[in-house]
Amino acid sequence: MRQDLTIIANLVKPTSRVLDLACGDGELLHYLEEHKSVTGYGLEIDAEQITACIARGVDVLEQDLNRGLSNFADGSYDTVIMTQALQVLRRQDLALDEMLRVGKEAIVTFPNFAHWTNRFYLSWKGQMPMSKTLPHQWYDTPNIHLFTFKDFEALCMEKGIKILDRAVGDFAYQSHWKARLWPNLFGEVAIYRIGR
Amino acid sequence: MTASSTGEIFPPPNSVGLVKPEICQFTQPLQLASGNVLHDWQLMIETYGKLNADASNAVLICHALSGNHHAAGYHSEEDTKPGWWDAYIGPGKPIDTRHFFVVALNNLGGCHGSTGPSSINPVTGKPFGPDFPVLTVSDWVDSQALLADRLGIQQWAAVVGGSLGGMQVLEWSLRYPQRLGHAVVVASSPKLSAQNIAFNEVARQAIMSDPDFRDGRYQEAEVIPRHGVALARMVGHITYLSEHSMGEKFGRDLRTDKLNYGYDVDFQVESYLRYQGKSFSERFDANTYLLMTKALDYFDPAEAFDGDLVKALAPIQCRFLVVSFSTDWRFSPRHSEELVNALTAAQKRVSYARIKSPHGHDAFLIPDQRYEAVFTAYMQRVAKETRQGEVS
Repeated sequence: MRQDLTIIANLVKPTSRVLDLACGDGELLHYLEEHKSVTGYGLEIDAEQITACIARGVDVLEQDLNRGLSNFADGSYDTVIMTQALQVLRRQDLALDEMLRVGKEAIVTFPNFAHWTNRFYLSWKGQMPMSKTLPHQWYDTPNIHLFTFKDFEALCMEKGIKILDRAVGDFAYQSHWKARLWPNLFGEVAIYRIGR
Repeated sequence: MTASSTGEIFPPPNSVGLVKPEICQFTQPLQLASGNVLHDWQLMIETYGKLNADASNAVLICHALSGNHHAAGYHSEEDTKPGWWDAYIGPGKPIDTRHFFVVALNNLGGCHGSTGPSSINPVTGKPFGPDFPVLTVSDWVDSQALLADRLGIQQWAAVVGGSLGGMQVLEWSLRYPQRLGHAVVVASSPKLSAQNIAFNEVARQAIMSDPDFRDGRYQEAEVIPRHGVALARMVGHITYLSEHSMGEKFGRDLRTDKLNYGYDVDFQVESYLRYQGKSFSERFDANTYLLMTKALDYFDPAEAFDGDLVKALAPIQCRFLVVSFSTDWRFSPRHSEELVNALTAAQKRVSYARIKSPHGHDAFLIPDQRYEAVFTAYMQRVAKETRQGEVS
């Protein structure tokens, strides 16, 4: 299992109701169902991923997250999760609003665009950074809104969103003293637990 | 396997092959929603595959408006067409007959062997005609439950259906929540919209205004309201296809190479519709058509709960797979999503796929790679559960 999923699993309370946005092949939800007895649904738009969820026995709903979560009632889930997908949405601010309307709290993970390798890449090569976390070309990337830890925290501040937990690490989510000391420069990816 | 007259191998690969319909007679009185009671009645059924020792691998197929018990395979080697859902039922197909015992039936009120308006009324010795009671989806489900008893099936591994068939699946999950493990609802709706009812009303008016309809007693008069049934089918058929698929199939192609400046057939699409209408009117009973459309119109499980579908779904215990098709405008994805949203709000287990297809409502019958993949993945999970059941 992916390292970030293990960390997320530790942040989810047993038997809670979970909505996993952009749930991929359902690996996380399946793990949470097996080990934490959670109930809930994954939301996904990719056809093959949806089939993979169904094959695993994970309940998945085909839904475009850019159209919001209006089909889910306020506070109807304990935790709304979104891993490595916030940056592909059209409006991150509205997405966070929706997640915290439907969920009592939310867990998000995203790549940090201010990681030193990206800064180095851009300043020395003069080109949009590419890496293991950001493998796409600027013209075909699904990551249409790249942002940094600082950006994210500023947005949370502006919206009155509380940051309840934060884990910063490299691509494999290994925490390093440098990332702990100076996350926006040395942290590659982060997991945030947020609430109102 | 044998070679047919056309030189092709029979049966085709992945087919259930030759199948034989059977009649199941019932003497248990069936109380109907209308207040009427059916005393002696029969269902025409077909089965594919083998029921396992603990009867845990049975799948019920519910048919749509004009469907029947012949869902898969062939009645003879000379048959040009297999059953109506042959693309999805058979060895290696989504409803895999190597694992499942599949039961398909002609619903009550039908015209393919089950008791219906064209059957003889034992009281009068004449065909029921318009005296046959109007049936509802719940009446069908009750009759199917008695069929399950007869076949020794306490719980269906899955109940599966498209369109009007999907409504029967939903009704099963509400009326007999313990008697199915899974519900597969394809291109269906928790209730008809005003537009849907309007189309049904046009179809009924077409039939009832045919001079040969004779207030539904056409059989006694030895005539058939062909024209009305054909017209009803033509309207229905338009709603089953998408604008795109009709455009692809016919465009503005002419039947001859020029316009006739008259009111007979000019365009290919006109000729196609007339053919569809005519062939349908030869094999489908007018009173059955009226009855089926009424059952569609009446279906609304939320009605008894002040329109609150979430409350209506409370009894559900099974898991759901809901599938819709992008260009279906008869039961658009919005209809399926209404059901899915109510299921999630009621905290029921459900998966939902919205398949991109150019084929409109008819997409649920047509081979499609993604639809097959989703359907297969789901049914394989169901099969796995039934196998686990055998071990324990």
